[in-house]
Amino acid sequence: MSVKKFVVGCFDDEAVLFPAVKKVRKAGYKLHDIYTPFPMHGLDHAMGLRDTSLHTAGFIYAITGTTTALGGISWVFTKDWPLNIGGKPHFALPAWIPITFELTVLFSAVGMVLTFCYLCQLAPFLKKHHFHPRATDDQFVMVIECNEKTNEDEVKSFLAQAGAKEINVQNAETGWWLGRYDKDTMPFQVRKEKTAFE
Amino acid sequence: MGLLRYESQTRNPLVTGHKTYHQVTEDIVRPIEAKPSKLWKIGFTISLFLLSFGAYSVYRDVVYGIGQWNLNKTVGWGWDITNFVWWVGIGHAGTLISAILLLFRQGWRTGVNRAAEAMTIFAVMCAGQFPIFHMGRVWNAFFVLPYPNTRGPLWVNFNSPLLWDVFAISTYFTVSLLFWYCGLLPDLATVRDRAKEKWRKRMYGVLSFGWTGSTKHWQRHESLSLVLAGLSTPLVLSVHTIVSFDFATSVIPGWHTTIFPPYFVAGAIFSGFAMVQTLLLIVRKVLSLEDYITLEHIEVMNKVIVLTGSIVGIAYITELFISWYGQNPYEAAAFRNRWDITTPLAWSYYLMMSCNVLSPQIFWFRKMRRNITVTFFMSIIVNVGMWFERFVIIVTSIYRDYLPSSWSTYYRPTIWEVGFYMGTFGLFFTCFFLFSKFFPVIAIAEIKHILKKSGESYKEGVGGIETQAPEEFAHEQAHAH
Repeated sequence: MSVKKFVVGCFDDEAVLFPAVKKVRKAGYKLHDIYTPFPMHGLDHAMGLRDTSLHTAGFIYAITGTTTALGGISWVFTKDWPLNIGGKPHFALPAWIPITFELTVLFSAVGMVLTFCYLCQLAPFLKKHHFHPRATDDQFVMVIECNEKTNEDEVKSFLAQAGAKEINVQNAETGWWLGRYDKDTMPFQVRKEKTAFE
Repeated sequence: MGLLRYESQTRNPLVTGHKTYHQVTEDIVRPIEAKPSKLWKIGFTISLFLLSFGAYSVYRDVVYGIGQWNLNKTVGWGWDITNFVWWVGIGHAGTLISAILLLFRQGWRTGVNRAAEAMTIFAVMCAGQFPIFHMGRVWNAFFVLPYPNTRGPLWVNFNSPLLWDVFAISTYFTVSLLFWYCGLLPDLATVRDRAKEKWRKRMYGVLSFGWTGSTKHWQRHESLSLVLAGLSTPLVLSVHTIVSFDFATSVIPGWHTTIFPPYFVAGAIFSGFAMVQTLLLIVRKVLSLEDYITLEHIEVMNKVIVLTGSIVGIAYITELFISWYGQNPYEAAAFRNRWDITTPLAWSYYLMMSCNVLSPQIFWFRKMRRNITVTFFMSIIVNVGMWFERFVIIVTSIYRDYLPSSWSTYYRPTIWEVGFYMGTFGLFFTCFFLFSKFFPVIAIAEIKHILKKSGESYKEGVGGIETQAPEEFAHEQAHAH
């Protein structure tokens, strides 16, 4: 992954943020992301993000759990080691409902959480670039990605007009790397990767 | 969409004081960043003491076997299983608050869900100890897992409710833990980004998994929370249903009843809410979070207590009625051992009745629901009552079996049975004290999310809307963004 240049604008009011998103998209700037301290309903649609299909994954994990439970138990009780329990049928489906249900839930929940962490690239010991420390407190941080042709001063004044309070330009690697949160030096700075803008 | 965001003024604000987003962060993170208070240290020490006493009792259980308990010929399940059911039941309120109330869109859950979910996890941890050590040879505990073994392979009995319990409790614990931790990620990131000390930045950096607050991540997070809530809702009902199957699928008079699943679930929520009240009344005082856990929250939870307490009361009376109406002499005898005051354990039945059915009725009065002292006192009473409910169901049903010659054995616990129970209190409160010191006890992001519709200053702001025509209001909302 390479280092890119970003213009960062901080908003302190969501009522200003929403129209600003509209303006940015209309002006044709590339909206990298918006970092917010809490989930903002409707912001994903305003940014033009598609709906997540995490719940579909959850459903697939759920039916995997159901089949695992039913398949496993029926194999054990009818093929591998049929136990005679009071002369009752070996294939005792009603008695398997509780375990089947529990495994359905377990597979779905564990699978979804792992998928969530994978998609969002979340794991312990990962370090990511944070555009503003107060994005998890009270600032709504809008990040616009620049390319070679972007005039950053123009973007800055555009954001200021849209209502951003604090505006700056940052070079950042947007992926993740292994590292410590108490160190300010980032691996790519140490390695002195060249950027297109310097 | 806009209309959904509007909340009527007739509801009291859920966050009092005129808070901004930053103040919310400050208020909730303050106890984490401050040095532990004297009260915290005293409480933590007592918990550790209880925990070590419990650990010693359990150590003796392993070394000498459970013969050191006073279980006897007829009472094969005594304090251990009573405590197990009691602890599992307590856990249920946390899931009810975090999952079922999320599906029902109850805004007030945001103030209490984090602590209640933590309570669930710690309570299930405590509950799990009892069946495990009741096995006696605890080093063989893994025999309950279905894995290809060298004994045949001899599989576990999938038709047994005791095995269903293994699956139910372990799934419940895992799912609750995942749900709780996913909710914690953004709040841990908040603590991380404020941290000044190196160790704190590092610790919360690891714990928060590199959360940034990206819109896409929030979108997935919302979807995840909703589906996990949807999964947890039937799960929590299934868990106590299955716990009740441990009894209901047996042929013991007094246990063999179809009413058990709903009766146990209602009882679980009842006792769980009482425990939530006990904990939160202390937490809001000690960490001064009265603005977030308001009288409103306490009142709502008291309403749940009076509702579920009454459901439990109806179950008690139904059981009693059926024992007469069913004309089964053995069932009648099992219930006679409860209500007949000349029998040796009748006191526990009447204690249960007065704690669970009679005393919560004072919550029909608004003044009582909003009285903190009364609430705190009642929360303890309810938990004592619910402990005795399990004791009554388990012990009074089996201490007099079909053979009157074994009736003389009156069951009373030994110090090690009591010690084990005290030890789980130690475990529970040790975990809870650590949680309240190192984790945000209130979901910061969720409070911020409801702040602009349920916060005090915003409530005042929408005062004029009430007089507006609905069409006009809808039009305005639609064009707000």
